[in-house]
Amino acid sequence: MNVSSEPMVKAVNVHKYYGHNEVLKGIDLEVARGEVMCILGPSGSGKSTFLRCINHLETTNRGRIYVDGELVGCRESGGRLFELRDREICRARTKMGMVFQHFNLFPHMSVLDNLIEGPVQVLRQPREAAVERARALLAQVGLAHRESSYPRQLSGGQQQRVAIARALAMEPKLMLFDEPTSALDPELVGDVLAVMRDLARSGMTMLVVTHEIGFARGVAHSVVFIDGGVVVESGPPGEVLDHPRHERTRTFLSRVPG
Amino acid sequence: MAEPSDRVIPLRHYGRWVSGALVLLVLALVARAFALGQIDWPVVGQFFFSPVLVKGLGNTLLITVLAILMGLALGIVFAVMRLSRNPVTNAVAGAYIWLFRGTPVYLQLLIWFNLALVFPTVNLFFWKARMVDVMTPLLAALLGLGFNEGAYMTEIVRGGVLSVDRGQMEAASTLGMTRLMAMRRIVLPQAMRVITPSIGNEFIGLLKTSSMASTIAFTELLQRAQNIYFVNAKVIELLIVAAGWYLIVVTLFTLVQNRVEARFARGQSHEPPPGYWHQLGRNLARKRGPAAAAGSSR
Repeated sequence: MNVSSEPMVKAVNVHKYYGHNEVLKGIDLEVARGEVMCILGPSGSGKSTFLRCINHLETTNRGRIYVDGELVGCRESGGRLFELRDREICRARTKMGMVFQHFNLFPHMSVLDNLIEGPVQVLRQPREAAVERARALLAQVGLAHRESSYPRQLSGGQQQRVAIARALAMEPKLMLFDEPTSALDPELVGDVLAVMRDLARSGMTMLVVTHEIGFARGVAHSVVFIDGGVVVESGPPGEVLDHPRHERTRTFLSRVPG
Repeated sequence: MAEPSDRVIPLRHYGRWVSGALVLLVLALVARAFALGQIDWPVVGQFFFSPVLVKGLGNTLLITVLAILMGLALGIVFAVMRLSRNPVTNAVAGAYIWLFRGTPVYLQLLIWFNLALVFPTVNLFFWKARMVDVMTPLLAALLGLGFNEGAYMTEIVRGGVLSVDRGQMEAASTLGMTRLMAMRRIVLPQAMRVITPSIGNEFIGLLKTSSMASTIAFTELLQRAQNIYFVNAKVIELLIVAAGWYLIVVTLFTLVQNRVEARFARGQSHEPPPGYWHQLGRNLARKRGPAAAAGSSR
């Protein structure tokens, strides 16, 4: 674990409302550089919403989120927060990769074109360099032979591995995973988790919303349990998963397999 | 008695033979009536390639293509406005659809053609002219058909954009794309797959609606056919010629449409779609029986 003084992600008192419904009630959280953090919690607890606030797919109503030392989605001036423009937010997003539950690959593009779309169109990299790097990433996720396939010709597990490679093609400093294995058939989950495990070993900072307790136990450096829009407890997996201090955490863990 | 066998003997559909024969008989009677009717068939052949009509066909195609392009451009702009969260642009796009879909296209053509009654002169500050000189039949037909088509196209494009999963926009955003770029690179190409069949239908509809421009003196195919039969009184013969040309254009266009749809369907099926001629060849060569079936199941 490569820990430098400044955390990769720092959330301070993050609030989020949908109308009058408060889904995040003041989240404070820090992710160190190179740290793998798993976020657990029942559905509707706000864990996915919080993850989506980090790259500003969801706007926040109160509080600050810093990624790599920079405030996300807002500009601070005179002690007040002002929402940024689309273009400014887009620039910040290139530092974070995101993997979705339903993969969200671009179905009208081949696997290779999915991978080079961001680097070529957004980062303005030369095409040859982007293709070379995309091929290396496909080999890394075990799909070197499928570069000219279209997403719909692949299994769910293969699609998710392509989605991870697509996010990595942007050379992000942080990877966000939003329930990456929840939409997969059970026998396909292992391949995706293996790719994520390799990525964790390579030192990538990862924030993973998941129900895979086994992955959290084996790979994560820290586990956060969120319920009702607040962090109920957090700590190393050995503590939170095996000796939870809170009743809500115990109840949740008793209902989740693994 | 036949040998006992566990082979299932298919049901024989005698009713289909009877109904098929009846329909063919009716068709033969209709064909015979027209063949023996008072139609001067040599006149049909004589005028089919007459330069006057071919020129009219050219004008019909010209106005159809221009109007469909104008409609598509307007449709994309107004669909984006209609989908926008800005209440003003949203309402303006709604009003546009309401106005141009809510009135007959024939009436709209007449208004454009008679615009000089409202604005006798065009004044664009750097350029000034009389409206009657500016508003030629071609321009009036283009504006009338194009604006009308745009209203329908707006709804078609909007439906196509809404059919694209929201996750596509999110995935594009996480790659750092702006909303506009994500629209252009990710959402619209996928929406096109849903939109193309409708655009094809609109093209065919517009090809025929363009004949209404004959009423504002635009010299398209039907108007020229009418001009000829006003002189030689071969009414039905010239209408048959015009009908033949419309059918030919629609048939050729269907082939093009087939190709375009296959292109936008990329990534949709597990196998790349076969080309039209390949498909036609396979259909022609397809034989019955187990041997052919084994050969074709690739």
